[in-house]
Amino acid sequence: MAELIGTRPAASRPALAHNLTRTSGIGLGLTMLWFSLLVLLPLAAVIVTASQAGWSGFWSTITNDQTAASIRLTVLAAVVVTALNVFTGTAIAWVLVRDHFPGKGLLELIIDVPFALPTIVAGLVLLSLYGNESPLGLHWANTQWSVYLAFLFVTLPFVVRTVQPVLEELESDVEEAAASLGASRVTTFRRIILPSLAPAIAAGAALSFARAVGEYGSLVLLSGNLPFESEVSSVRILSAIEHDNPGGAASIATLLLLISLAVILLLDLIQRRVARRG
Amino acid sequence: MRKNAGRWGVAGLVGLGLVLAGCGGADGAASGDETISIVGYAVPEAANKAIAAEFTQTPEGDGVGFRTSYGASGDQSRAVVEGLDADYVHLSVGSDVDRLEEEGLVDPSWDQGENKGIVSTSIVVLAVRDGNPKNIQGWDDLIKPGVEIVTPNPASSGSARWNALAAWGHIVKNGGTEAEGTAYLDKLFANVVSLTNSGRDATTAFLDGTGDVLLAYENEAILAAQNDEGFEYVIPETTVLIENPGAVLKDASAPSQDWLDFVLGTEGQKQFALTGFRPVNTAEPGVVDFEALGLEPADIEGAPDPEDPFPAVPHLLTLEKDFGGPGWDAVKDELFGTGEDGEPLGIVTESIAKSGKATG
Repeated sequence: MAELIGTRPAASRPALAHNLTRTSGIGLGLTMLWFSLLVLLPLAAVIVTASQAGWSGFWSTITNDQTAASIRLTVLAAVVVTALNVFTGTAIAWVLVRDHFPGKGLLELIIDVPFALPTIVAGLVLLSLYGNESPLGLHWANTQWSVYLAFLFVTLPFVVRTVQPVLEELESDVEEAAASLGASRVTTFRRIILPSLAPAIAAGAALSFARAVGEYGSLVLLSGNLPFESEVSSVRILSAIEHDNPGGAASIATLLLLISLAVILLLDLIQRRVARRG
Repeated sequence: MRKNAGRWGVAGLVGLGLVLAGCGGADGAASGDETISIVGYAVPEAANKAIAAEFTQTPEGDGVGFRTSYGASGDQSRAVVEGLDADYVHLSVGSDVDRLEEEGLVDPSWDQGENKGIVSTSIVVLAVRDGNPKNIQGWDDLIKPGVEIVTPNPASSGSARWNALAAWGHIVKNGGTEAEGTAYLDKLFANVVSLTNSGRDATTAFLDGTGDVLLAYENEAILAAQNDEGFEYVIPETTVLIENPGAVLKDASAPSQDWLDFVLGTEGQKQFALTGFRPVNTAEPGVVDFEALGLEPADIEGAPDPEDPFPAVPHLLTLEKDFGGPGWDAVKDELFGTGEDGEPLGIVTESIAKSGKATG
């Protein structure tokens, strides 16, 4: 994933692997071993468990009305929230890098809070803000909007934190040169800045999407898990496990993995197109 | 990027601190020659701790150390199957011990004793807001328009099945037909505003302002009051006896059977009563004999009426007497089947799905 979206397409790619030195060979070996143990093995186990139910088991699990509704809600909310994050996250990163204002340091610190807060605590905080006793008068708990709200809260830092360092490194000379050559601010942003930021934005968006699809903790108290309304797929996975149906749980997880993979690939494609326009 | 490192460190430490604050409570291995690993669902932790303290005063328990793990009943049961070290399990529903029996970890005779494998009991109650503003007196009041209900989800929480069973029994064991029972469940779940994944989460959501009624357990209400998180509750005319099983594993440490006997004895049951459970009473389920326990009614702190902390239930349903038990086999699929994998579609499962379709 990091390889897919992390490398800038502008960077020239090394010729394929025949000329590994001994050190880089060991490095690659260690990387693959580490990666396999931590990621590939568990992923393979999930897919194997799902396949034990067979194609018909897989199909009947994911086409169950209630499960399908939960997957639709989860994916839709993750897409909407990620799209919002692309804009607000980039804007926040911009403000943090380019502008100077009192309280900036504090804001920088607070951005990371959704990362640091155990998600169940986040859910509790959101429930007291948007539940029946809401001091704001907003009763969004136990509706589908609570899912969007929780996703927005937990995914806020991703785009900000991926875009910010790239923006910090961006030389302002190029922008000035563009301006002195008569480019408008919009053109400068679109042709100069955006192409450099695109890989970072895509990486942040991918993280944000993946995190939202798997989110569970912050919804435990907030969403009410109402079927066809606010029940997300991680809750369906939990139900399958409670019914001693690991195949069903793994089937839903596999589908979510495939969707995430597709979205990450799509983001990479978009990112390449935007970056090429530079 | 480097200048972010400090902040990340701070943020990480804050997170870690919160996580650590949230855990704790494990007793740690004691230095005695023998150790009993207790794996339980969350609620009896306080009682088990008190019983353990008494047990170590006896000749059988002298020098015995305890290791404890508490969590959601189904998760704990699955963890033991996956190798979590356990000598004694105390879970919230029999099916969680059945799982261990199927895996060959618990002897099939675990539920054949006089107590049928049950170590603690309680009843399903209806928790209400202070002053009972919606005037909830029984199950029929729950299906009135505008009453908002919070309950753990019978699909994802084993112990929530007691609630659904009580609601179902209120109709079908009071002369109603299965069709009327189904219609009642449909209306009940249509009024549910939050279906959490555990009883603990349901209580938290209710205490944080969600809903008018919480389907709860008497012992948890009393324990919550002891921890200053109390709420009013109503005991409906008809309710279900909750039976929590306890079992010793096949390869348990030597003192584990003594421990189970002690838990079932007067001292053990006394500690359960003090934390809000109704002691096991095979002759008259749900009836508490204070004299036999050496207690006064007023010793039970946190009950609404100190004179009568465990009021008699006019129509108390039990798995054995009313639902073809002991155990859940006779009603499990009929009510809670998933409709997948060759299981029939359970009445409760269908009601929950319908509730979403009607409003969503």
